[in-house]
Amino acid sequence: MAKKKESWKELPIGAIIDEPGSSRKFKTGDWREGKKPVVDKDKCTNCLICWVDCPDSAIIVKDGEMKGFNLDYCKGCAICASQCPVKAIEMVDEEVE
Amino acid sequence: MKVVAKTANEAMAEAMRQINPDVVAAYPITPSTEIVQLFSQFVADGLVDTEFVPVESEHSAASACTGAAAAGARVMTATASQGLALMNEVLFVTPALRLPIVICVINRTLSAPINIHCDHSDTMDQRDTGWMQFYAENSQEAYDLVIQAMKIAEEAFLPAMVSADAFILSHSLERIEILEDKEVQNFIGEHKTPFSVLDTEHPITVGALDLQDYYFEHKRAAAQAMREARKEIKKVFKDFGQKFERNYDFVEEYKMGDAERALVLMGSTAGTAKEVVDNLREEGEKVGIVKVCTFRPWPVEEVNHALKGADFVAVMDRAEGMTGFGAPLFTEVRSSLYDEDKNPDVYGYVYGLGGRDVTPDDIKKVFDDLKKAESGEKLERNSYLGVRE
Repeated sequence: MAKKKESWKELPIGAIIDEPGSSRKFKTGDWREGKKPVVDKDKCTNCLICWVDCPDSAIIVKDGEMKGFNLDYCKGCAICASQCPVKAIEMVDEEVE
Repeated sequence: MKVVAKTANEAMAEAMRQINPDVVAAYPITPSTEIVQLFSQFVADGLVDTEFVPVESEHSAASACTGAAAAGARVMTATASQGLALMNEVLFVTPALRLPIVICVINRTLSAPINIHCDHSDTMDQRDTGWMQFYAENSQEAYDLVIQAMKIAEEAFLPAMVSADAFILSHSLERIEILEDKEVQNFIGEHKTPFSVLDTEHPITVGALDLQDYYFEHKRAAAQAMREARKEIKKVFKDFGQKFERNYDFVEEYKMGDAERALVLMGSTAGTAKEVVDNLREEGEKVGIVKVCTFRPWPVEEVNHALKGADFVAVMDRAEGMTGFGAPLFTEVRSSLYDEDKNPDVYGYVYGLGGRDVTPDDIKKVFDDLKKAESGEKLERNSYLGVRE
């Protein structure tokens, strides 16, 4: 549920942002158009090159293993798919809801 | 209080010395004016505690000033003409961030053709940036307005420019009264800042991306700050008048009491015009002057009040405006009067571009024109004073 946006009278002076780390609230995954990445874990070697190259830090890694994609922030740029040395990542059509 | 002979350049530099700002970032060569050179001497002589940043352009000067103010410093600078024009991009940033900087501006024209002399093109060009604007008639006003602008800026959290006419004021010696350093410091008080990026207990982001969902609200809030700055201006002018017996207002009415014909103008020309009014008054003419001191925020109530009794008004602009209709001051004045029950007939005159002298005879000609209009003769709505036809 999105919170109600403030009126101009309620905003902090000088258009500052007074809450550190609030950029996480901006779900830039909304910008993704058409295709999203999927990983074939049978092929994946957990080399983490996708994690290094992802410009949106949207690769989920736990205990040294690549676990998938944070689609709240993945913009669908496909750098991970193109850089994966074993072709374990594929861009697939997004389901239309 | 001390009586001294000073040019407007010297008077404004002296006000800066007494304010003793934390940071002055400036581009101290042409097209700047002597103010920064004089101030840099104060820095070299150890008379101020200021961090002086001699940057590579006015764009950088405005940027460094805005950054320093965001860090919580008391900041001033000075420039003129093309220098102010080069600051333009950054001048929109400072008020949107609500940072209280003061710029001393010597009013010079803009190219082309190349010219270093007086008109108001440079500051008129900046009238939509969100900076408060004050125009001085003489060196005394230039000095007093710089001190008052520093306090107003920090009360309203908006930047201010104080303007004085090039050469006519900037390079002419006048008798002025200056305050003691301590009086200036007591008057401006402790530095106030809306926020500080160096406050690590309360980390903030300044100048973030702001898209369709918030930009409009932030602009609306900044526009309100300009409206509400009126209150702070009024308070500071009153406080200054009570303490030092020199009184300022949004507009100065000169012999407007029963005036039927009036001129509206800004800057040093007011001095010449007052002399003409005195002479015409001796001949029994009911004439007066409305001098606009505060151009931003625009003092609609005060201008309308000043022109209440006038039937014929000439608005004199020392800038063209290039609107294809009327120059900036003319359009403001005429638009302000539209809501009044009784509208005077308002004419626009562009004069003095590129330092062209305006003489008492020129001013008298405008009053003569208004007299012709009074007797039913048709005048051009907008015309030029002192140009070769």
